[in-house]
Amino acid sequence: MIVLNKDAMQIVREQDVVLFRNRVREYSTKIGMSLVNQTKLITAASELVRNMLKYANGGKVLIEVISKNAQNGVRLTFTDEGPGIADIQQAMKDGFSTGKSLGLGLPGAKRLVNEFEIQSKPGEGTRVTITHWKNGR
Amino acid sequence: MERIPILKMGPFLLVTIQVDLYDRLALSLENDLINMVSRTGARGVLIDISAVSIVDSFMGRILGNIASMSRIMDAETVVVGMQPAVAITLVELGLTLQGVYTALDVEKGMVLLQDKIGFDQLQEQDEEEEPDDRTE
Repeated sequence: MIVLNKDAMQIVREQDVVLFRNRVREYSTKIGMSLVNQTKLITAASELVRNMLKYANGGKVLIEVISKNAQNGVRLTFTDEGPGIADIQQAMKDGFSTGKSLGLGLPGAKRLVNEFEIQSKPGEGTRVTITHWKNGR
Repeated sequence: MERIPILKMGPFLLVTIQVDLYDRLALSLENDLINMVSRTGARGVLIDISAVSIVDSFMGRILGNIASMSRIMDAETVVVGMQPAVAITLVELGLTLQGVYTALDVEKGMVLLQDKIGFDQLQEQDEEEEPDDRTE
């Protein structure tokens, strides 16, 4: 796998969510991703960035354009230094939320993208990586 | 502060969302709409999201909230103009917008609202007529 392009963004305010979404749209348009796949990726990204703001008061996002087996994709890495997730299995279940939300964020985001990876240590933070390929497969 | 305009059209309120909503803007829309329903006695709320390219679970919850709150205030809510890509994404996300009426465009939404309200009014008339029958 090759990284073709890299861009980092700090997320600290609500308004950053809109800027970040636009940035992701820019990169996915650039590699020719279809509208449906763009929408899936950006919606997943929106869920994750919202989690980061809500539970960890913000964090960093790395946007990368990557290439594997002659196919391009966008990879997003969300890193925060928040309270972490004690039970990832539980957090990945539909309808589970420690906040007052619908509990769709993490499991929903996972369903929307091709690759999803989550690592978390209580007290240290959480890192989520999602990848979506140009053709959505 | 930025605000989303709410237009009054007869017994309905019309909202066209033209910008990407961030959280505070969405919450203030929810608040403004419910206050407006109470102030104007509107019977229906029409929300046009044809210019919205991303609906995530937060935004979906706001739409659901608006619908439930309006219903308690005796108004029906119809969400119109959803982009196909948004619909595909919402269902995969697991958000089916239960309890929210939807229509393809503003025109169809308007007809749906009129039907809903017309139906209600007919029922009310029926109820009013019943006691008359008994006295005869």
